[in-house]
Order: sequence, then C-alpha cells, then structure tokens
Amino acid sequence: MTTVFLSIALVILAIAVLGCAYRLIAGPSRSDRIAALDTIGINLLAMIAVFCMLLDTQALMEIILVIGILTFLGTTVMARYIERGSVIEDGDDR
Amino acid sequence: MATIVEWIAVVLALAGAIFCAISAFGLIRLPDVYLRSHAATKSAALGVLFVLIGAFIYFWVVDGIVNAKLLLAIVFVFLTSPVAGHLNGRAAYRSGVKLWKGSVRDDFKKVLEDGGKSAPDTVHEPEPPKRP
Repeated sequence: MTTVFLSIALVILAIAVLGCAYRLIAGPSRSDRIAALDTIGINLLAMIAVFCMLLDTQALMEIILVIGILTFLGTTVMARYIERGSVIEDGDDR
Repeated sequence: MATIVEWIAVVLALAGAIFCAISAFGLIRLPDVYLRSHAATKSAALGVLFVLIGAFIYFWVVDGIVNAKLLLAIVFVFLTSPVAGHLNGRAAYRSGVKLWKGSVRDDFKKVLEDGGKSAPDTVHEPEPPKRP
C-alpha cells in the first residue's frame, strides 16, 4: 500500500518537472530559464529520494548529493555569466 | 509501531511532492522573473526537504540505518537553495530584466543609483503607493 502512495508522489513530481520544462522552453528572459533549470534539478533530487524508498535500497544516496552540488554550481555559474559576462575573471578587478 | 512510522514517512514524501507541484504551478503562472524565483526557490526547497526527511525517517525505521549522506543532502539543499535564488535574482536585475508593471517598490534601484552609499538597511520607508 505504501508503494501506491510513493508511486503517486513520483507521478506528481514528474508533473512538476514537466511544468518547469515549460518555463525552461518558453521563459522570456535567461534568468527564467536558469530558475526553471534549478527547480528541475531540485525536483530530480526529490524523485531519486522517492525512488530509493520505492526500491528499498541505499545505493542511490550518492546521486542525491551529486545532483544537489551540480545544481547549485550550475545555477551559480550561469547567474555569474549573465551578470558579468564572464565566469572566471582576471585577477585585477574583484 | 514500525508500520505507523513508515506511513508517516510516506505521507511526508507525498506532501513534499505536492509542494513541488505547487511551486511548478507558481513557476508557470506568476508574471515576473522575481516573483517566479520567489515561487521556485522557497516552496520547492520546502517540498524537497519534506521528501528527504521522509526518506531519512523511512530508512531509519525500516532498515535501522541513520544515513549520513541523506542528512548531508538535507543540510546542503537547505543552505544552497536560497543562495542560488538570490544570485539569480540579482543577476536578472543587473542584466536589465524589467519588473512586473504591478510592482510597487524597488529598493535596489536607489542603491545602484547613488553607488551603494545608502545601504539597504538605511533606506527610509517610502510613501505608501497612491491608490486610485
């Protein structure tokens, strides 16, 4: 019976990812797309946690950590690129 | 006893999934990048924290394992999601994304105009907007 509830949670999370994918494609500015990509990454993290409970395994926990770190790094780097035009700058200006 | 706690974990995961769906709905419907990041950052982080805490309780009760990686992921998401939203909003403002036409207050514009002399905590409260 818990399997049914976890499957429903997985379907709801998939619908959330689809909504974020709409904003990722149709977003008017680049920042909309970055916010949508960040939310997609975080929803994927939640999906993998639900999947771990569904399969009753601990083997996917590293993937949760790695996706969290990669999402944060990607958002930071893209926001910095939009704001300043470059990701890694020369040493003079801070 | 274990069954009850297992059900609590599953209901937490379901509630987190519903929070994530609500945040995706806000991401679709809200009119502005700033309002959208308001929806995308906070409620999505809350939903993911619910799901992760549910998974943590589930593995703690069912398998008897305190999973340190899951705890680390909870702390990491809780710390980095607001930071990412803040960075994205500031980048959007400085790259010239317009505010929604119904926005009534813009503090960061004043700070940018006088070169950062008036820090945000010294900005005086503006007049309330005139209602027609």
